Amino acid sequence: MTVSQDSDSRMAVSTWRRPPLIRDPRWRWALWIGLVVYLVLAFASIQVDWSRVMEGLGRGAAFISAFFQPDFVSRRDDIVGGILESLTMTVVSTVLGILLSVPFGLGAARNIAPWPVYGLCRGVIALSRTFQEVIIAILFVAMFGFGPLAGVVTLAFATIGFLAKLLAEDIEAIDWRQVEAVRATGAGWWQVMNHAVQPQVTPRLLGLSLYRLDINFRESAVIGIVGAGGIGATLNTAIDRYEYESAAAILLVIIAIVMATEYASSHARRYLQ
Amino acid sequence: MPLSKSVAHQRPVWRRRTTGTQWLIWLIWLSGTVLFLLCSQLIAGNTNWSFVADAGRQGSDLISRMVPPEWAYASELWLPLWDTVNIATLGTALGIMVAFPLAFLAARNTSPHPVLRPIALLAIVTSRSINSLIWALLLVLILGPGTLAGILAIALRSVGFIGKLLYEAIEEIHPTPVEAVSATGAGRLQIMSYGVLPQILPAFAGISVYRWDINIREATVLGLVGAGGIGLQLNASINTLAWDRVAVIFLLIFATVMVSEWLSAKIRHAII
Repeated sequence: MTVSQDSDSRMAVSTWRRPPLIRDPRWRWALWIGLVVYLVLAFASIQVDWSRVMEGLGRGAAFISAFFQPDFVSRRDDIVGGILESLTMTVVSTVLGILLSVPFGLGAARNIAPWPVYGLCRGVIALSRTFQEVIIAILFVAMFGFGPLAGVVTLAFATIGFLAKLLAEDIEAIDWRQVEAVRATGAGWWQVMNHAVQPQVTPRLLGLSLYRLDINFRESAVIGIVGAGGIGATLNTAIDRYEYESAAAILLVIIAIVMATEYASSHARRYLQ
Repeated sequence: MPLSKSVAHQRPVWRRRTTGTQWLIWLIWLSGTVLFLLCSQLIAGNTNWSFVADAGRQGSDLISRMVPPEWAYASELWLPLWDTVNIATLGTALGIMVAFPLAFLAARNTSPHPVLRPIALLAIVTSRSINSLIWALLLVLILGPGTLAGILAIALRSVGFIGKLLYEAIEEIHPTPVEAVSATGAGRLQIMSYGVLPQILPAFAGISVYRWDINIREATVLGLVGAGGIGLQLNASINTLAWDRVAVIFLLIFATVMVSEWLSAKIRHAII
C-alpha cells in the first residue's frame, strides 16, 4: 500500500494507488520489453496465406451452418458404431488404468517406497505424462495394429501418468501418525497399506478416477485419427470428405456425451466426498 | 452407524453400514464388473489377435530401428520447435483474452444478466468437450495448413479450460471485500477491479501458466493434421518409416515438455 503525494493537486491530498505487481521497476521494465520482443518475433514467424484463408472462409460458413442442420441419419451406423466403440474403450481403459495406477502410485510415493522402485515408477509416470495421447497411440498402433485394443492400451497408459502421479502426491501428504499407530500394533506391510494409507486416500482416488473417465472419453474421440479405434476415425473421414453435416452431428454427439458424463461425475464426486 | 441385535448373544453388534447400503454397494460393484466384462469382450471381438501376438516382436523391432537416433536431423528441428512453442504461447494468450471476460459472464455472482450466464456456460462446455486436435482438423480445412490454424485450435480449447476454472474461482471469492468496495459508492467496474480482481489474480495466473504447460504438450501433435509445429516433421518421419528420426523428435519433445513443466511449476510456486 503506497501513499503518494499527488504533486498536481494544489491541496496536496494524498491518494492511494494500487501497488504494482512486481515491486522492482527494473524487473518490471525488463519483463515488459522481453514480452514485446518475444511477441514481435513470434508474430513474425506466423505465415498466413491470405488468399487461402479467403477461399476457406466459405467452407467455415458452410460448417457453422451445418451445426444448425446436423445430419445424424446418412452415416447413422458409422456414428453409432464409433460412439459405442469410444464408450467401451473408455470404460475398459479407465478400469485397467486405475488397476495399474495403484501399484505405480504406491511405488512413486517417496515416504513408502524404496529408492529403486521410486525411480522406476517416477520414470514411467514422467514418460506417460510428457507424451500426448496421440503420440503414444501412434506407437501402440504400430505395435498392436489398427483397432480399439491399441486405443485401450494408450488410454490405460495415459491414465497412469495422471492418476498415479496424483495418488503418489496424496500418499506423500497423508497423516503419518496413523501409519505409526497401525505399525505399533505389529501390522505387516499389507496391513499398514490397507488400514492406514488406503482409508486416507480412497475418497480422492475415487473422485479422480471419475474425472479421468471424462478425460478418457474425450481422448478416445481423438486417437481414432491415427487408427486407434473410436469415433475419431469416423469424424476424420467425415471432415476429409467435406461431409460437414455428418461431422457436425458427430461433434454434437460428443459434446452431449461429455456434458452428460461431466454432470454425472460431478454429482457422484459430491456424493463421495 | 446402526446397531443390530445379534441373535446368539442378544447384544448389539456394531456394523458400519445398514443392510440396504451394503446391498447397494454390492449391486454397484456387480453392475460395474459386468459392464467392464461386456466392454472388454466387445473390444476383444474387434481386435485382430494375430497382430497382438506379434506385438512384442514389433515393439522390439521398432526400438531397434530407433537406436541409434539420427542426431544430425536435430538441426532441422529447431525451427519447428520454435513454431511449436509459439503455437502454445500465442494460443494460450489468445485463449486467456477470450476466457477472462467469459468467466465473469459465467460466474453466478458477477454475471450481468441471467440470460448471458447459460450462454457463457454453453460456450465454455463446447470449447472444453472438443479436443484441440479436432479443432485443428476443422481449422486446417478453413484456414489452410500452417501455424495460424494451430494457434487458433489451441486458443479455442484453452478458452473452456481457463474459463471453467476461472469462473469457479470467481464464485468462491469472499463477499466482504466486494461489499466494502461497493459501500464506498463504487460503480460496477470499480467493484470488479478493486473487489473481485485482486482476489482471483493469483488463481488466474496459476491457471494460465498451467494451461500453457498443457498446451506445449498438445502443440507437439497438431502438426499431424497439418496445423504447424514439430508434429509435421513427426508425421513425415513416420510416413517414411524413418524411426531413427522419430526417436530424435521424441527426445526433443520430451526435453521441451520437461522444461516447460519445470518452468510452470516454478512460476506457480512463486505466485501461490
